[in-house]
Amino acid sequence: MMTKDEISARIIDLVERHNPKGLTILLETDLTEELEIDSVAAMDLVMEIEEEFDLNIPVNEVADLRTVGDLVELVARELRGREP
Amino acid sequence: MSDLFARYRKLLARRDQLLGQGANPFGLRFDRLLSPTRALVEGREVLLLGTNNYLGLTFDPACVEAALAATRAYGTGTTGSRIANGTYDLHERLERALADFYDRARCLVFTTGYQANLATLAGLAGPGDRIFIDSHSHASIYDGCLLSGARIIRFRHNDAEDLERRLARHRGEEGIQLVVVEGLYSMLGDVAPLRELVAVVRRHGAWMVVDEAHSLGVYGARGRGVAEEQGVEAEVDVVVGTFSKSLGAVGGFAVSHHEGLELLRYAARPYMFTASPSPATMASVTAAIQRIRDDPSLRERIWRNARALHAGLAELGLRLGADPGPVVAVVLPDEATAVAVWNHLLAHGLYVNLALPPGTPDRRSLLRLSVSAAHSEEEIERAIAAFRELVRRFDLKSAA
Ligand SMILES: Cc1ncc(COP(=O)(O)O)c(C=O)c1O
Repeated sequence: MMTKDEISARIIDLVERHNPKGLTILLETDLTEELEIDSVAAMDLVMEIEEEFDLNIPVNEVADLRTVGDLVELVARELRGREP
Repeated sequence: MSDLFARYRKLLARRDQLLGQGANPFGLRFDRLLSPTRALVEGREVLLLGTNNYLGLTFDPACVEAALAATRAYGTGTTGSRIANGTYDLHERLERALADFYDRARCLVFTTGYQANLATLAGLAGPGDRIFIDSHSHASIYDGCLLSGARIIRFRHNDAEDLERRLARHRGEEGIQLVVVEGLYSMLGDVAPLRELVAVVRRHGAWMVVDEAHSLGVYGARGRGVAEEQGVEAEVDVVVGTFSKSLGAVGGFAVSHHEGLELLRYAARPYMFTASPSPATMASVTAAIQRIRDDPSLRERIWRNARALHAGLAELGLRLGADPGPVVAVVLPDEATAVAVWNHLLAHGLYVNLALPPGTPDRRSLLRLSVSAAHSEEEIERAIAAFRELVRRFDLKSAA
């Protein structure tokens, strides 16, 4: 079972690819307001995360994402949901 | 003071910026239609390469006469939904004609193709189910999935392996799994690899829905679409389609060999809580299906035109979205160029579609051209000539 910290580190690495302005990425960083990730880029990012964690993230869950921390919570939740 | 539309600040700025550059690509007014391929815009004749009038049937005499006769006999509207306000024999006749055309047991007609997807997807799946959709899916597919309450999982465009990986992640879970794809994708004009996709769907015990909105009447020996063309119709559970493109009217349908499709009449809200298609629509669409059955030259003509346009544009070195087909997408380097080129073409008498991100796959800026069986060879030549002149004036080839 992956810890939250491990999940966070891997997600922050992926989010870095969508960070042309070189902001410091924290769990509080806002995806839309600060990183300017629009709905289309968000879908791309989600696909990268799905591949990284070998996980399906339903589109239904994506609309409510605001921060990097929300992404971490979502992945943690989906990973937990997959345990037997 | 607060502003009810404050949330659209960015949209407003983008719209005004776009309108500052010329005509409105998302609100162009046609003052008259002269034929399926020609219209008047501000007093000038424009050649239409931006419709979905693939077979050119909007002015077909048999279709027009059928619509007029039905309007005289049944009136202008049905004034309500089938479950509340009654079915006309015209609805049933059209449903039979479509079921026969597709050789399927059951057919439901809907008021638009958009609603056909809403009703079908929300009718087939619900909370606890999963719907797998191609990442290039049309908005009506997304919205149908949302309405269903099922979990929506996107897979990479036309990628059967990615679909398989994603289906495998849910092995053994409860609920039905629906896979939804389009036969022909309307932005880039590329076709789904249905043979590979249905093999995956079958291996995982999922169900398959194919939206043939843009392929009906164009692909397949009888014009049933890409599933027919690729020989996989038996593996497709439900075909969804629209009357608004090759059939030249407004409305949509679903056909299936499953008797259960009938139940959607009592369960699918986008069927139940909206007025049924008008008498004119039903009659003209019934006539249009007969035209497709009787006249294979319609398909021959659209393919002749599609190949000619594709070859002509490819020869100019333009980057095109896909192999020859009814939709030809010209991929442009950026949005500013796309807008400038769209305006230039219009000023030179050619109407095409401008497609900009985020509504396009992979953020591309596109000119979308659609071919009609009604285009003459001379009109296709004229379109190619307009692009020849464009290539001389604009840098269209910088990598996008
Ligand atoms: C793939 C696809 N499905 C459904 C629709 C909706 O059809 P309609 O225009 O009949 O609402 C469209 C086009 O608008 C489409 O491109």
